[in-house]
Amino acid sequence: MIAESGHYALVLALGLALIQSIVPIVGARWRDAALMNVARSTALAQLLFVAASFAALVTLHVTSDFSVANVYENSHSLKPLLYKITGVWGNHEGSMLLWVSILALFGGLVAAFGNNLPLSLRAHVLAVQAWVASAFYLFILITSNPFLRIANPPLEGRDLNPVLQDIGLAVHPPMLYLGYVGFSISFSFAVAALLEGRIDAAWARWVRPWTLMAWIFLTLGIAMGSYWAYYELGWGGWWFWDPVENASLMPWLAGTALLHSALVMEKRNALKVWTVLLSILTFSLSLLGTFLVRSGVLTSVHAFATDPTRGVFILLILFVFIGGSLSLYAWRAPALKQGGLFAPISREGALVLNNLLLTTACATVFIGTLYPLALEVLTGEKISVGAPFFNFTFAPLFVPLLLAVPFGPLLAWKRGDLLGAAQRLMVAGIVALVAMALVLAWTYGGATLAPLAIGLAAFVIMGALCDLAERIALFRIPLSLSLRRARGLPRATWGTAFAHAGLGVALIGIVCETTWNSEYIGSMKPDDVARVAGYQLRLDGLNPRQGPNFREMVAQFTVTRDGDKISVMTPSKRNFTTRGASTTEAALLTRGASQLYISLGDTSADGAIAVRIYHKPLVLMIWWGPVLMAFGGLLSLSDRRLRVGAPKPAKAAARALQAAE
Amino acid sequence: MTLWFVFALMTVAAIFAVLWPLSRRGRTDSGGSEVVVYRDQLAEIDRDMASGIIGAAEADAARIEISRRLLAAADQTGREQPAQGSLNLRRTAAIVALVGLPVIASSFYLALGSPRLGDFPLAERSRVADANQPLANLVAQVEAHLEKNPTDGRGWTVLAPVLSRLGRYDDAVRAYRNAITYAGDSADRRADLGEALMGSAGGVVTADAKAEFERSVALNGDDAKANYFLGLAAEQDGRKADAAALWQKMLAKGPSDAPWRPLVQAALVRVGGSVPDVAPGVSAPALPDGAVAAAKDMSEADRGTMIKGMVDRLATRLKTNGDDVEGWLRLVRAYLVMGERDKAMSARADARQAVANDADRLRQLNEGLKNLGLDG
Repeated sequence: MIAESGHYALVLALGLALIQSIVPIVGARWRDAALMNVARSTALAQLLFVAASFAALVTLHVTSDFSVANVYENSHSLKPLLYKITGVWGNHEGSMLLWVSILALFGGLVAAFGNNLPLSLRAHVLAVQAWVASAFYLFILITSNPFLRIANPPLEGRDLNPVLQDIGLAVHPPMLYLGYVGFSISFSFAVAALLEGRIDAAWARWVRPWTLMAWIFLTLGIAMGSYWAYYELGWGGWWFWDPVENASLMPWLAGTALLHSALVMEKRNALKVWTVLLSILTFSLSLLGTFLVRSGVLTSVHAFATDPTRGVFILLILFVFIGGSLSLYAWRAPALKQGGLFAPISREGALVLNNLLLTTACATVFIGTLYPLALEVLTGEKISVGAPFFNFTFAPLFVPLLLAVPFGPLLAWKRGDLLGAAQRLMVAGIVALVAMALVLAWTYGGATLAPLAIGLAAFVIMGALCDLAERIALFRIPLSLSLRRARGLPRATWGTAFAHAGLGVALIGIVCETTWNSEYIGSMKPDDVARVAGYQLRLDGLNPRQGPNFREMVAQFTVTRDGDKISVMTPSKRNFTTRGASTTEAALLTRGASQLYISLGDTSADGAIAVRIYHKPLVLMIWWGPVLMAFGGLLSLSDRRLRVGAPKPAKAAARALQAAE
Repeated sequence: MTLWFVFALMTVAAIFAVLWPLSRRGRTDSGGSEVVVYRDQLAEIDRDMASGIIGAAEADAARIEISRRLLAAADQTGREQPAQGSLNLRRTAAIVALVGLPVIASSFYLALGSPRLGDFPLAERSRVADANQPLANLVAQVEAHLEKNPTDGRGWTVLAPVLSRLGRYDDAVRAYRNAITYAGDSADRRADLGEALMGSAGGVVTADAKAEFERSVALNGDDAKANYFLGLAAEQDGRKADAAALWQKMLAKGPSDAPWRPLVQAALVRVGGSVPDVAPGVSAPALPDGAVAAAKDMSEADRGTMIKGMVDRLATRLKTNGDDVEGWLRLVRAYLVMGERDKAMSARADARQAVANDADRLRQLNEGLKNLGLDG
């Protein structure tokens, strides 16, 4: 009954989404408040039903009900509980259900907390949201239904791909989807604005918290995914320029641009048409990412061709929504009123530069990701576009961007003073030069670009701090007064500083890891000692061990430095009998921001085992950076001026209303 | 019944979600307004000025700009027609919800759902399974045991053929491999492994499978299964002559009562090879050595009578004692060789009936029948 109820709840959600797609639009057209309000209750009810459907699928996985094909194919009764739950979205059907659940969640949030939106805007936004939802409900029900049954249930499931049996699966996909799907709200707002034919600074103010929320989740999701790949895949790499990663990076770049351009729109009523376009593009890239990952087109164009139903359906969704919204844009955008003007050297100008660089970077990733696919489809030739291409195109775009980042917040709106900003950044520049010189001296004869990059990172971090110091007039007025000003600063300002500093932190990590990474690769026998970056690692022995649904070979290493024992590391190799697959569990030892990393290879006949040991200096900063950025975003989101639907005193709202009428 | 009740409740809840806002006619929830945003922005400028973030001149400029937007927004809101209710539209929407929702939901659900299937969670299943699926349950138990003791070669040896028979060829391949690793290599196991590999490839002798058969033949040149499938591989490659030669050699060397004889003969005929000319007594199966020796000296007609008599005796014996699977198979084979296909069919039916109550024997029988080329 659980399976069938879950299935029926999903079908009902589709019905509600269809009603939510039409009735509010009709209501907005005839200015009927009750019809417009239907959007709200249906969005909430839709959320309820999808949540019930998702809960049903989770229950089925937990109770190992193999009469459901999806459970049979991806679960195993011996799997630990956590992986039974995460296994729900560790497969295609379940992950699509998670996708629509999050879509409904965002719709529900707009319905519940969108009190501050004008009635017709809210109706339009929710209706557009329902269009997207309907398309994906249909997709799930018709091509990827997780509730299909098996009449004669098999006794045991086929188990989840062992690589996915990891805590990373519990966090990474939900985060990433919250990011991807969160951008659907800005998309819905953009399409709603085009439908209404009206857009102004208030629109940006309303849409910003949603964009920000999606951006925070996407940032964390990408960082989390990168860390997961780093420790689980056993190669010690943290970014592969793999199409799946690029698929998540593209919406991030476009979303970051959107975040900044919406700022210009909110403050200065300018860049309106561009912001709408960015909203559409960002979500289109999210959809494209979904298509790339879910249609199987990446594994091989041919795999896609052999079972094209899913791929073609998503492609259809892609065409309808991207094509439709862009046509609507082409049709309605010229009618939108243009906003304020500004000088090239101004905060607006800086943000435009930011947008130009980010969107160009996004375009290069887009080309690098899709060109090989297009080539394979057209000529059948298989090429791979890898790190060299991206390093070559991405770096030249990000260097000017990073150089410009500290200037932005220091420029005034409308008309800025570049010289003044430069003067105020003097300290940051000096610190950067000193850092560069120190690194250069310390690593004399080594890489030449790396010290420059470290200097750039120092400039970005110090620039963010300079901005703060400038705002609280540090050292120019008594300290107590400065502190008071610091408390009075809007949280968004703090957020900006954190997010920008996070960029610099991540850059330091990236440069250090790629330049000064040291490694030992060889085969070791018990009692052999490997020396890496001043550490001695002694292989104590290899012991077999039995896990719940796997058996593993655990190697024990004692780590010493200058004769002092530091720790014991236990990398292992796991064998999963059900799928006949094995995984490598790397062992990580964190020392400050640096890490030692051991992963095991194959054992040879004479009892030796292949071992890869890396010392990765400051590698953790790569992920601290995005976490800082996300924290900055969170600060900005909690800014009282941006709080969505925070209970506003009823009187103020009523007064505003009177004034309006 | 409960299920339909739950569905009905859910549908009612969904319809209610649509009808509820339609019914609240008096109070109109007017939503927010841009005016509020601009007021916020004005207040923010005051705050920023108070905390000294912006100067008085900048504040004034910003205030003027925002006030302009505020006025425009207020103007716009004033010009819009006040929200009005349209009873007809609301009624239409209500009808759409009342009729549309159940229609959409039921048409999709009835097409896709399986309302007759109940839940079948693990807890319930292990209770039911003993009675219903002894074999599958046993397999699961052995698999669980092997999960914990993966080096138990005997376990893998027992499990592998069962998996193969259940059609779980991929698992069978792994099981045979483990059996070979932990219980030792043998021609039989290699041949069985090759057969399982074929099974997972949908009956095609793949390069992997062929390699296993070759290994099996290397271990035991007379392994019937491996030789037969090597012949099949040759046939699939289009080397019919090679196939025929292989099979002819098998028939020449193999024992006279080997159960695979008819199968190989049939295959040989298929590739156009001639069945080797051996003594008729040898081609008629299942006669004890002494009888064959006696038959050699008989005339053609006498020999026929003798064989027929033996077959009839076998048939009579089986009528009284039907448990002898080997006997049944011998009988069917005999009828087939004598060209009495109808009798073979009826013997097959009798055999099935005789051992129907014993699952093991029935399986053995079906296996044997399959080898004789009488499928199903």
